[in-house]
Amino acid sequence: MTTTEVRSTDAGSDEFVPRSRTISKAEGWRRRGPLLPALIFLILVTQIPFLFTLYYSTQSWNLVRPGSQEFNWLNNYVDVFRDSQFREVALNTVIMIVGTVIISVILGLMLALLLDRKFIGRSLIRTLLITPFLVTPVAGALIWKTAMFDPVFGLINFVLSPFGVEQIDWVSRFPLAAVMTNLIWQWTPFMMLLILAGLQSMPKDIAEAARVDGASAFSLFRELTLPHLRRFIELGAVLGAIYLVNTFDAVYMMTSGGPGVASANLPFYIYQRAFLGFDIGQAAAMGVVTVIATILVSTLALRLIFKSFSGNEEAA
Amino acid sequence: MSTPVMHKKKKFGTGTIWTVLAWILGLGFFFPVLWMVLTGFKQEADAYSDPPKLFFTPTLDQYRAVLSSGIGTALMNSAFATIVSTILVLLLGIPAAFALSLRPVKKTKDVLFFFISTKMLPVVAVIVPLYVIVGDIGLLDNIWALIVLYTAMNLPIAVWMMRSFFLEVPSELLEAASMDGASLWTSVREVILPLVSPGIAATALICTIFSWNEFFFAVNLTAVQAQTIPVALVGFITGEGLYWARLSAAATLAALPVVLAGWIAQNKLVRGLSFGAIK
Repeated sequence: MTTTEVRSTDAGSDEFVPRSRTISKAEGWRRRGPLLPALIFLILVTQIPFLFTLYYSTQSWNLVRPGSQEFNWLNNYVDVFRDSQFREVALNTVIMIVGTVIISVILGLMLALLLDRKFIGRSLIRTLLITPFLVTPVAGALIWKTAMFDPVFGLINFVLSPFGVEQIDWVSRFPLAAVMTNLIWQWTPFMMLLILAGLQSMPKDIAEAARVDGASAFSLFRELTLPHLRRFIELGAVLGAIYLVNTFDAVYMMTSGGPGVASANLPFYIYQRAFLGFDIGQAAAMGVVTVIATILVSTLALRLIFKSFSGNEEAA
Repeated sequence: MSTPVMHKKKKFGTGTIWTVLAWILGLGFFFPVLWMVLTGFKQEADAYSDPPKLFFTPTLDQYRAVLSSGIGTALMNSAFATIVSTILVLLLGIPAAFALSLRPVKKTKDVLFFFISTKMLPVVAVIVPLYVIVGDIGLLDNIWALIVLYTAMNLPIAVWMMRSFFLEVPSELLEAASMDGASLWTSVREVILPLVSPGIAATALICTIFSWNEFFFAVNLTAVQAQTIPVALVGFITGEGLYWARLSAAATLAALPVVLAGWIAQNKLVRGLSFGAIK
């Protein structure tokens, strides 16, 4: 965190950036001016609704029963923790995030290593590889559900048919795995891009020296490349997890959380409670629980991003 | 002669294997997208054939059907929400990024921390009150509700990303400008903005990708009038059963603008996705 401070005060000339303690009150406001609209806007749009969520979470309130709204202490939270479906869904969410992140990092690392050398068509392959991340997730989920996993005309069964696989309905037999396959396809390019940036920032002379000293390719990778890539992988994993907490499209399109809640994650379950069950109080309480759980990951994420990267030239 | 040639040959051999592998994996990851694009040019009978057909007589029937089914409104809504929210992000974000880099305010660190922390609040946590508030002010199924939310969604990424570009402006340039007696506004306009404009363009493209693809807010806060393209895609399934070829054509139309934006911005993609942390 200290690096940020140092960098930002060094960024301009002395004229532009006097030391912070000499900034006069008027100058302070002149500097704050350009920041305020964005800051106020963001506080209004993101923080105020969350205060409402906190408030709703203490209400017994179902939209189908008008006038049913009343304060019920922390009963919603008690119900949330008693709800065995909620526990199953929370576990699904963790499996979905951790599984997707780990597999995408491994695949992304392999792809990044393949792309970190010159070959014919390299930029074309890179362009093709990032496409799954760009395709509208709703469309991506449709492709997987229909073109890939369909029991009758899906391509996966077609490819596997010489091996004696008979018309497996992948999405209903393995709903969570099917959703995760789609997510891994979508997130591997993200990990690849981050790790590739890491590989390309590696000082080439050290590796060259080690190779001259007779180090094998594998020991080079283990002793030099992996330690260098560590923080890029960490950052990729944490950012991936932050984005993946919000996964909704894939579940909605492919399985609708089913069968039962076998493939539902927290966003989908809360959505069901709020917009299909109209249970505002319960949904709000689940939202609060999700946020508290996420804060644990976020704190780690923030520390990582600030510590190893913010304004840090090494990352360039 | 023998040793260097053999050495070269061997190197060529393993290199080829890696190249072929890279090509296979690259095409493999792209294949589902390619298949979607191909299916969009098929007749329904060809789309449902078993075994799958790689060769067929292409037709534009599906695109005609899609375009005449009123998907145009959804495309327009998506374009409007994406463009307006991106402009708002830049209007709010450029001054903020400036105030957090070149003429930093006190507590820059805390403000940056706050900005990024809003991205870590799962959106499900606020969807219930948003639905109630948006309903109360009469903006349900109104594109402006999405515009406000997309602006808030992209603003933290944009500020972090643009800040990383502002920090790269050489301080000597600013010194020189202010010694020449340039006012702050002049040096911003004449020196800083031209230097950071590629970065701003990349930021805009990344905001475009996120807004265009957004589904959660769109499906919960819009219905018919203001529905965006991802929501319209869902309507294609539930409304008409599963016409896979037609659906593929619609999905291709939906994905095309952002895929192009992403291809153009690919060198800056990492920077945006990592909040400017990786350059």
